[in-house]
Amino acid sequence: MKLTVKVWRQGTPADDGRFETRTVNDLEPSLSVLEMLDKMNDDIVKEGGDPVTFESDCREGICGACGILVNRRPHGPTPLTPACHQRLSSFNDGETVTIEPFRSGAYPVVKDLMVERSALVDVMDAGGHVQVAAGTAPDADTDRITYDTAELALDFAACIGCGACVAACPNGSANLYLGAKLAHLSMLPIPASERGMRADVMLAEADERFGPCSLHGECALVCPANIPLVAISYVNKERMRCALRGKND
Amino acid sequence: MLLDSREPGGPADEAWSRAKKDYRLVGTSNRRKFTIIVVGTGLAGAGSAATLADLGYNVISVTYHDAPRRAHSVAAQGGINAARAKKVDNDSVSRFVKDTVKGGDFRGREREAFRLAEVSAGVIDHLNAIGVPFAREYGGSLNTRSFGGVQVSRTYYTRGQTGQQLQVAAASDLARQVNAGRVKQYVRHEMVDLVVEDGRAQGVIVRNLLTGELKPLLGHAVVLATGGYGNIYYRSTLAKNSNASAAWRAHRRGAHMAMPSFIQFHPTALPISTEWQSKTILMSESLRNDGRIWVPKEPGDSRPANDIPEGERDYYLERKYPAFGNLTPRDVASRAAKDVIDAGHGVGPLKNSVYLDFRDAIARLGRDEIAARYGNLFHMYDDATGEDPYTVPMRIAPGAHFTMGGLWTDYQLMTSIPGLFAAGEAGFGYHGANRLGANSLLSACVDGWFTIPNTVPDYLAGHLGKPVISEDSPAVTEALESSYSRFDRLLGIEGQTPPRDYHRRLGEVLYKGCGVTRSAEGLIAAIAKIRQIRSEFYEDLLIAGPVDRVNQELEYAGRVEDYLQLAEMLCVDAYDRDESCGAHFRVEHQTSGGEAKRDDESWAKISAWESRGWSDEPVFTRHTEPLEYEAVPLEVRDYR
Repeated sequence: MKLTVKVWRQGTPADDGRFETRTVNDLEPSLSVLEMLDKMNDDIVKEGGDPVTFESDCREGICGACGILVNRRPHGPTPLTPACHQRLSSFNDGETVTIEPFRSGAYPVVKDLMVERSALVDVMDAGGHVQVAAGTAPDADTDRITYDTAELALDFAACIGCGACVAACPNGSANLYLGAKLAHLSMLPIPASERGMRADVMLAEADERFGPCSLHGECALVCPANIPLVAISYVNKERMRCALRGKND
Repeated sequence: MLLDSREPGGPADEAWSRAKKDYRLVGTSNRRKFTIIVVGTGLAGAGSAATLADLGYNVISVTYHDAPRRAHSVAAQGGINAARAKKVDNDSVSRFVKDTVKGGDFRGREREAFRLAEVSAGVIDHLNAIGVPFAREYGGSLNTRSFGGVQVSRTYYTRGQTGQQLQVAAASDLARQVNAGRVKQYVRHEMVDLVVEDGRAQGVIVRNLLTGELKPLLGHAVVLATGGYGNIYYRSTLAKNSNASAAWRAHRRGAHMAMPSFIQFHPTALPISTEWQSKTILMSESLRNDGRIWVPKEPGDSRPANDIPEGERDYYLERKYPAFGNLTPRDVASRAAKDVIDAGHGVGPLKNSVYLDFRDAIARLGRDEIAARYGNLFHMYDDATGEDPYTVPMRIAPGAHFTMGGLWTDYQLMTSIPGLFAAGEAGFGYHGANRLGANSLLSACVDGWFTIPNTVPDYLAGHLGKPVISEDSPAVTEALESSYSRFDRLLGIEGQTPPRDYHRRLGEVLYKGCGVTRSAEGLIAAIAKIRQIRSEFYEDLLIAGPVDRVNQELEYAGRVEDYLQLAEMLCVDAYDRDESCGAHFRVEHQTSGGEAKRDDESWAKISAWESRGWSDEPVFTRHTEPLEYEAVPLEVRDYR
C-alpha cells in the first residue's frame, strides 16, 4: 500500500516548525506506524536529506518511549494502543496521514517528533517512591494483600509513562498519570504508610508543571495501558486526605 | 593464561555468606569521599546506583533514555524466580541451583548460582516493599507459576508485565536517591569510552545525545549495567536501542569478553512476516504453561490450523520430551522448532513458524481464566498480527534474545580491569550456555541491590585517600581525543549507505552462520562475510543529519561499528568452542538422537577473550578459567 504522510519538521526547539508532505510506497498493512516512519526515513536518507527524528525503543508497547500524534490523536486511531502497535491497516491505500509531535505546553519539541517529557519524571522523582532500603524489607508474605487488591493496584500500576494523557487533555493536565501512581501505591500496605507525604510533594510538583483537570476524560481514551478514568479521582482524594490528616501517613 | 575467579573457597552453598563476612568495609563517614559511576538504569543499574547512594557514596548514574524507567528490563514480561520454598512442591535452594546449573548445561559458575538462589527471597521482599503488586492468591499470599526447565512453581509474577513493574519500582528507588541529592543523574547521555589510568577504571566518556558534546565523568569505580547485545542480530526481541557499545568499548580498553557466542534464541518470539518489520516481538514463555506447541505431521500442509484434525498434528515437544513437554528449556525448544521448520513442517505465510495452541486449555479452563492469565499477551499478539489467539493458534518462531556471554567478571563482578564492574546481562556469570526463564530479572536484581553494594566497597576500601583523577590527566585527554576522532572518522566517510543497511546484512549473516545451530564451515564463511561488510562500512557509510543536535543516525553508526567488530569475535568464539552445549549447538557434535553432545574433558571451562589490532586484522587471545561442579555433579542433560 501507499500513504501520503504530512509530517512535522522542526530543527531545533527555537525554530518554527512546518509540515512536509511525502509519499511512502510499498507498505504492508501489518507494519506499525513507526515502521512506516523507518521506511520513510530510509527514503529521505537515500535522497541525501535529514531523517525525521522520533523516539521509540522496545516496540512492544511497554517502555513508553514512543508517542506521536497521528491524525491529531495521541498514538493513533486504534484506542488503547501505543504508536508502536498502531498498524497501517487502520488506513486506506492512498490516504493522507498527518504525523506530529505530542502537543502540550509541558512538552517542548526537541526536534521533529521528539519532545522533552521530563516534567513527568520530575513529578515522579518528587515523591513517587517508597523509602525502604534494600535488605530491610519484611517477608512479602507477612502483609496479606488480597487477590482483588493486588489486581486493582496493578490496573493502576500498568502506566507506561508515555504521557499521551497529557497530550490529549485540553488543559494539559497530568491527573491520569499522577492519580494512577497515587492509587497504585495507596493500595499496598508498605507504600501506603507514606501516602500523605507522597501526595503532598507530588501534587505540589504537578500543580507547577501541568494544567488542572476539568473532567474532560480525553486522557483515558488514548491511554495505551488502559488506566481507568477513575484514577483522576485519586488526585483529589489523596489531596483531601493529606490536608485533613495533616500527617505524612 | 588461567584467570582467577576469586571465588571463596569451602563449601559452595556457604560461599556468599563467607564472602560477605570477608569483604572489607568503608566506614560510614568515608563513603562520601568516593564517587561511583553506574552506566545503565535497568534493574541492575538502578538497583546498584540506588543502594550505593543509600549507603552514602556519591553516585553518578548515566542512561541514554530520557528517563530511567524506560530501560529494557521493562520488557521481561514473564516473571522472576525465587527459591522461597513456601509450597510443598519440594523446591529448595539446592534444587534451584541444580536447575540453573543443569539448565545452563554446566557452563556457568556453580557458586554464583548459589548466590542467586540464596539472595532470591530477599529480592522478592524488597520489591514487594517498594511497590510491586505481585500476583496473590485469594487469601493474600504470593502466587507463583512455572517456567521452562523447572518442575516446581517458583516464578513470582505480575500478570504479563513483571519486568515493567520491577523496572518502575527500581526507577522509583533510584528517583528517591536523585531527589535526595545523593545521585547525579545524566539522562540522554551515552557512554562512548572508558577511562583507564594507573591500570584502573576511573571514569567514562559520555556523549550528550541532544547536543553531541563529549565529556568525561570521573570516579573511583565504574559499574557497567548496560544489558545484552542480542540486537547484533538486527531482528531480535530486544528494544531497538539496546546495544553492545559500552561493553565493547570496555573490551577495547582491556576487559575480557566471556563466551560471546552464548546467545539464547527465545522459542516464543513472533515470526518475521514482512521485510520492513523492525524486530521480533517476544511472547512470554509463561504461555507454554497452558499452550501446546505443534506442527502439521505432513510437510507443506497449508490448511488453516483449525482444519487440521487432531491425528494429523505433531505435538513434537510432548512427543520427544514427555517429562517436561512444552516446558522444556529454551535452547531445547528453539532447536526442536528449527528442526521441524527445516524439515518442511513450518506454518504461516513464510513457513517459518510453529503453532502455540490454546484450544485445549480454553476447553479445560474456560476463556475467562485464560484471559485472566494471559490477556495482555493475547491482546499484544492480536495487535501485532491481526489474528485472534482465542480462536486461531498463535504462530511463534525462535528469535535472538538474551546474551549469556558478556564481560568476564570474577565472583565480585569485577572485570579484568580493576575498578570496572559489570552487573546484570552485561556480565556473564550465572546462566552458563542457556538461561532458564525468569532467571534474568532475578540475576539483574541480585547484582544490583545485593552483590554490587557489597563488592564495590570491598574494592574501594583499598583506595581510601586517593582523589578522583583530574579532567586534564593524560588518560582522560587520550580517551576524549580518541572519541572525537572516532566520530570524525565515521562522519568523514561520506558514502552512500546508511548504517541500518549494514546492520541488516550483519543480522542475516549471524542468523545463518551463528544462529540456533552452528558449524565450523558456516562460522568460517560468516567471519569472511563480516569482514567484507566491515570493510564496506568504512568505505561507504552515510550519516545523514546535523552533528551538533540530535542525530540518531550517528548514534546508530557508532553502535553498528561496534557490532561489526563484536560479531567477528562471536563467531571466533563459536568456532573455537568445539562442542555443543546449551544454546551453542555445533552440528558436528550431536548424539544419534540429535541432542547436544558436550565435551567436559576439553570444555568444562570459561573462554574469555582479549583482542587487538582492529585497525588491521584483529588478533584474538583466549584465556581460560576451569569450571568445577561440587554440589551438582556433571551429568548428561536430559529432559525426557
